Formats: sequence, structure tokens, C-alpha cells
Amino acid sequence: MTHDILITGLIIIAQILAVVVPVLISVAFLVYAERKVLALIQLRRGPNIVGPFGILQSFADALKLITKENIIPSGSNKIVFILAPIITMVLSLAGWAVIPFAPGWVVSDINVGIMYLFAVSSLGVYGIIMAGWASNSQYPFLGALRSAAQMVSYEVSIGFVIITVLLCVGSLNLSKIVLAQQTVWFAIPLLPMFIIFFISALAETNRLPFDLPEDESTLVAGFFTEYSSASFVLFFLGEYASMILMSSMTVILFLGGWLPPFDVYPLNVVPGVIWFTVKVIFILFLFIWVRGTFPRYRYDQLMRLGWKVFLPFSLLWVVATSGFLVYFDMLPK
Amino acid sequence: MVLYSLTFYLFSSVAVLSALMVISAKNPVHSVLFLILSFVNASGLFVLLGAEFLAMILVVVYVGAVAVLFLFVVMMLDINFVKLREGFLQYLPFGALLGIVLVIELGILFLTDRSSNIYKNQTPLQPIVNEVENTKMIGQILYTEYFYLFQICGIILLVAMIGSITLTLRDKGGVKRQNIDSQNTVDASTAIEKKKVKIGEGI
Repeated sequence: MTHDILITGLIIIAQILAVVVPVLISVAFLVYAERKVLALIQLRRGPNIVGPFGILQSFADALKLITKENIIPSGSNKIVFILAPIITMVLSLAGWAVIPFAPGWVVSDINVGIMYLFAVSSLGVYGIIMAGWASNSQYPFLGALRSAAQMVSYEVSIGFVIITVLLCVGSLNLSKIVLAQQTVWFAIPLLPMFIIFFISALAETNRLPFDLPEDESTLVAGFFTEYSSASFVLFFLGEYASMILMSSMTVILFLGGWLPPFDVYPLNVVPGVIWFTVKVIFILFLFIWVRGTFPRYRYDQLMRLGWKVFLPFSLLWVVATSGFLVYFDMLPK
Repeated sequence: MVLYSLTFYLFSSVAVLSALMVISAKNPVHSVLFLILSFVNASGLFVLLGAEFLAMILVVVYVGAVAVLFLFVVMMLDINFVKLREGFLQYLPFGALLGIVLVIELGILFLTDRSSNIYKNQTPLQPIVNEVENTKMIGQILYTEYFYLFQICGIILLVAMIGSITLTLRDKGGVKRQNIDSQNTVDASTAIEKKKVKIGEGI
């Protein structure tokens, strides 16, 4: 009896490690890729000293940051101050439990997968609010307030986008969402929703052009101004891990997850994991491309876009999609 | 089964303890954070009952939205902690009376024969494995039997929303606003005005 529990426990831990370790390594290479792509956009060279083509730059940076002194401000609320980066990091890794990388390649194939992802991504705001409040300093506090309002606003339209996809699938299970796209990827019939989801994902992960919580030209570094060393690393890792998580979510909802673009001979022998990775890398490239191209939004413009443009439009699209599905009797059984 | 009971006791004890901390924590922000911990553990209990949809809704609605606004407001308020403690002894008898009445009522409920019989006949709570997902089951009941009640709930929320918007909406006038449509329709003919300026006079 106890023997069985022990073995199941070990298998679960092995599965978790098999997901978390590649995610953390890909975070390191994402940071490198971001710096390299931005450098190319701005006609610079980017990191090119550490390792061949500077490919080990992120590892050198991480090592440097961790060996630095961890400063906890004397006026801060110490427990909450230390908890905040831990919560950010844990939440950005927790979402990976339900992501299907290929048929059957998922740690926990639960019925309400998409709801779980939505819940975890909506909890991400706590790390930021707690950091801003516990720092007991003006700039982090302003950053935290901005972030709280921003993430709550964009979650609403993300919710409507998810509902539209669910109407076409008839299940909340992520593997079933992928399998429903065998005939056509949802990015084609639901193109406007795909665009709204992508832009909302930028806002949800606090990326440019919506990175007002950390806005370095007005708020020093926003909510993590007071953080240093390892706690800063946790925020940094958390931000990039949740970026990859949101990209995977986009891929699963709109770009057919592990499915090849066409179910024909040379394409369908390629393993599903490869397709999944290629698509995620494509979305991540879009994230970086946007960062290199667009100027930062002003705060009132950001709120206007969320509440006055995306919310009415996605609401309208939910009604239109359900009407269409009912009228043509295409609702999933 | 051992693992199941262990997780149950973990979730329920953390939920109860953090609920106690909500009312006993000195700092209101800590109270809200403990409230969030309590919510999360309650949703863990829902998962153990096999009600995974309710669990996720609890996290999305209460933790993801309501508690964020709580935290937002509590952080912004300038609360005087000393003043907050002042009336403690004054309100203690009244609060204790309410608490005792509640405990007695609950005790009566559990001790009466009728309710205890119900519990005797029940099998221990376990995840119910059904062929139909419980998300679908909720939908099938909510949109058929309880359709009107569901709609009424929606209308009440809508009224509350409009009410709060009308309370906060005010147009003082004289505030400069950006009109994006008028900005986008600007072209050379409307944006530039040509004037002949006489030398030495200005406009």
C-alpha cells in the first residue's frame, strides 16, 4: 500500500521535473533570443561574448545576480516582501501542469483545464500587488496599482475569447480543444478573437507596449524597484515563464496545439512536440517583435483599449458566434 | 484513500486557521491575504468533492477578481491601527453573544435526530466519478430548471453595475480629454491654417 503511494509519488515528481526543467532552460534561451532579436531590430550585435554567439549570456547573468547581496529594505513588511517573488514564480510554473505538449503528454489531464489556466493566470496579479505594497515605497506601490487595474481589465476580454473558443469545442479539456481543430485551426474562423487574445496576453504578462507596471522611464523599475539578487531573479524568471505559458495557451486555443498545419505525408510524421514548440517559438517571436516595434501606451489609452474597444467587441463576437452555431446547427454535441 | 483523507485534513485545517487569522491579524492587508488563502483552500476542498468547475469558478471570481479589489481598497485606505483597537472591549460582549447564539443554533441543527439520520445513511464523501462532466451537468440544470432565477441574477448584477457607474460618473467640465476619432480624421486641410502675416505685426 505505502509502497504504491511511494512509486506514484515518485512518478508524479519525475513528470513535474520533466516539465519544469525544460521550461526554466527555455526561459534562459528566451532571454537570450529577446536580446538578440532586439539587437537585430536596432542594428546592433547583442550579446556575443559569453560562449559561441553569446549563447551562454543568460546563465552568466543568472550566476552574477544570485551571488549578489540580497537586500531587504528596513521599512518593508518582511514576510510579504519575501513571499511575493516566490508566489510569482510558483504561479507561473503551476499553469504548466495542464498543458498538453502532444497526445497524452500532459501531467494532469483534467476536465476543466482551460478554467484552471485562466484561474492561475488571474492569480499572477498577487505577486505584483504584494511586492508593491510590501516594499513600502512610492514607485513600487504605483506600479502595483497600475498592474492590478490592468490585469483585471484585460482578464475580462480574455474570458470572452475563451468562451468563444469553448462554444466551438464543447469541452473545457485542453486536449479536446486541440483535437477539435483537426479540420481547421481556430485562428482562421476566429481571426479577430485570435488578435484580441494575443494583445490581451501582452497586457496580462505586462509586456511592451503595455509594461506600465514597470515603466522604467517614470517608475524606476515599477513593482520590483526594491528587489535585488535572487528575489529579483525569481520575478524575472516568473515574467518570462508566464510569457511562455501565455504563448502555449495561444497555441492551444488558436493554432491547433500539437497538430500539423495539414494532415499530409511529410508533415504528419513530424512528432507533435516539435509542432507545438515551433508554434510557441513563433508566438514568442511576435512578443519580442512587438516590443521592438511599438512605443509604450499611456495609461488612459491602455484602459480605453481594454474596456471600450476589446470588451464590447469580444462580447459582440460571443453573441455572433453562438448565433451562427445555433442557426447552422453546428453546435458540438 | 489515505492520501485523500490527508489532503482533506490539510485543506480544511489551513482553511479554518487562515479564516481565524482573517479576524485576528493586526494588519488589514494581512487579513485580506489570509482571506485569499482561505478561498484557495476552500476551492481545494471542492476539487476533493469532485466539483472541479465550482472550484475553478471560486478561484477565478473570488480570488482573481473580488479579493484583488478588496486588497486594492485596503491598501489605499490610511487606516489608524491604534484607533481600530479602541472599541474592542466595548463591542466584545455583543460580538460574543452573537457568536454563542450561532454556535448553539448549529449545535441544535446537528443534534436533532432528523438531520443526524441523514448523515448516518450517507456514504463517506468521495469524488463522484460520472460519465457526464459536472460542468455539463451544471449547465443542463442552470439553463433549464433554474433559467428564470439565473436571468434574474443577471439583471440584479446589471442594475448594481449601472448603479455604481452612475454614482462615480461625473463630468466636471474643463477636463481635457483625448478624442481618438477626431485625431484620426485630421488631415492637412483641417490641421493647417494658412495666414498672411504683415511684417512687424505678428498674428
